[in-house]
Amino acid sequence: MRRSLVVIAFFGVLLLIWQAATASGRWSPVLLPPPWAVAEYLWDAARDGSLLEATIVTVKRLLIGYVIGIVIGLPLGLLISTSHYLEDTIGALALGLQTLPSVCWVPLALLWYGQTEFAMLFVVVMGTVWSVVLATNAGARNIPPIYARAARTMGSQGIDMWTHVILPAALPYVVSGMKQGWAFAWRSLMAAEIFVTILTGFGLGQILQYGRELNSMDQVIGVMIMIVLIGLAADRLLFSPWERLLHRRWGTGIK
Amino acid sequence: MSTTNLELQAAPPAKLVVERVSKWFRTPRAQVLALDDINLQVAEGEFVCLVGPSGCGKTTLLDIMAGLTKADEGRVLSDDGVVDGPGRHRLVMFQEPALFPWLDAFGNVMFGLKRKPGLSDNECRDIADYHLRLVGLEKFKHAFVHELSGGMKQRVALARALAPDPHVLLMDEPFAALDAITREQLYGDIQDIWRKRKKTIVFVTHDVREAVCLGDRVFLMSPSPGRIREEFTIPLARPRDINSPELAAIAQRITLALRSHLVESREAAE
Repeated sequence: MRRSLVVIAFFGVLLLIWQAATASGRWSPVLLPPPWAVAEYLWDAARDGSLLEATIVTVKRLLIGYVIGIVIGLPLGLLISTSHYLEDTIGALALGLQTLPSVCWVPLALLWYGQTEFAMLFVVVMGTVWSVVLATNAGARNIPPIYARAARTMGSQGIDMWTHVILPAALPYVVSGMKQGWAFAWRSLMAAEIFVTILTGFGLGQILQYGRELNSMDQVIGVMIMIVLIGLAADRLLFSPWERLLHRRWGTGIK
Repeated sequence: MSTTNLELQAAPPAKLVVERVSKWFRTPRAQVLALDDINLQVAEGEFVCLVGPSGCGKTTLLDIMAGLTKADEGRVLSDDGVVDGPGRHRLVMFQEPALFPWLDAFGNVMFGLKRKPGLSDNECRDIADYHLRLVGLEKFKHAFVHELSGGMKQRVALARALAPDPHVLLMDEPFAALDAITREQLYGDIQDIWRKRKKTIVFVTHDVREAVCLGDRVFLMSPSPGRIREEFTIPLARPRDINSPELAAIAQRITLALRSHLVESREAAE
């Protein structure tokens, strides 16, 4: 209760500062619209459905690409962890491609796939997959060897060892890799949507870009707020439950 | 399923034979003979202790019996033939509890049971519950590993090793990291469980008193190269109290023997 009051007070003060800044008249309202103008845009866009539609388009692209990235990245990371040769080759490639900002995939994706949904998907997958590969590999390599020894004496081997010992033991690494993969995927998707118009669906990045073209700052800020909210919601809904589970079982984190 | 029923189901304990086992450790610069021509026979239902200073190869020998390490020469025979890999008939209790943090106490005990063929889910649960009761942790069934004390962790590890009903239990200094009071409680518990469950146990330790307290026979090992030097039969009645003077007297005799072997092997090295 007390903590939520503090949160409300904090954001209330931020809004007040914003309001005071616009009321001072030092900045043109075209460049810095007041909070209520942004709220009005969000309200209208929510009512005519354009905001919801763009959000659905964007989140759908993101989720599909992200899930594909994990489905490829997890087994590939586990595979790399089994051999030094694979780590020196595929692992090095993954590390190189992970350091490549994922927006750099956009030109390539456009040339290969044209202005299609698949190009978007490709960019998101490339943003996700390398982080997941590297984190899974690191996680599997950092497991205390005694876990595998104990499991072997109890009759665990092969696939069972991977799914019931190595993967769960590597979970703290895997979850942080998935979180990083999500961040990269989200950033690259926004860049791609701003960069290219795809006629099969207007995402948040696209309506953000229209805001600029229309010189409509309330739309620009409104969509930015929406993007921030989605990021927060993803953190709360997708990652917090996992992190809480890990903290509870491993006894890590501050109570 | 009742308690007595489960006790009756215990498989007949098996003999374990170590035949002319040798093992080298190779480093880039040197070859060290870790185990030199080890011969050992463990009878059914016997409690055998291997005692020696660190570096005498006792843990390596236990690993070879478990099938976790391969011997360079010789072989280990268990009731199911030559040991050539780890198997659920020879379960190991390690120095660290080696419990899985992603499972609770019950889940850890269930791990080996689920991988044992021929048990239904319900039977697994009953057996796991029975063994948690056996080690006195039924109230901590759903506790996670980090919520347990050091002694409780080793109790869960003991329940986990006992639950799949192995023929042989291999214990590698399982109490070394515990405080003296907890350790003494566990000496009582392990003797009690051993008597109830009729297991064949090989127990590795560097603590002579611990070995005398637990073992029917104690094998004395010395380092470089790792050898079995002497065998002692412990005639004391059970349950044994580690603080009793009779036990202390035997432990003293073994300690003296150990010292003379250490001097010998040092002189041999020079």
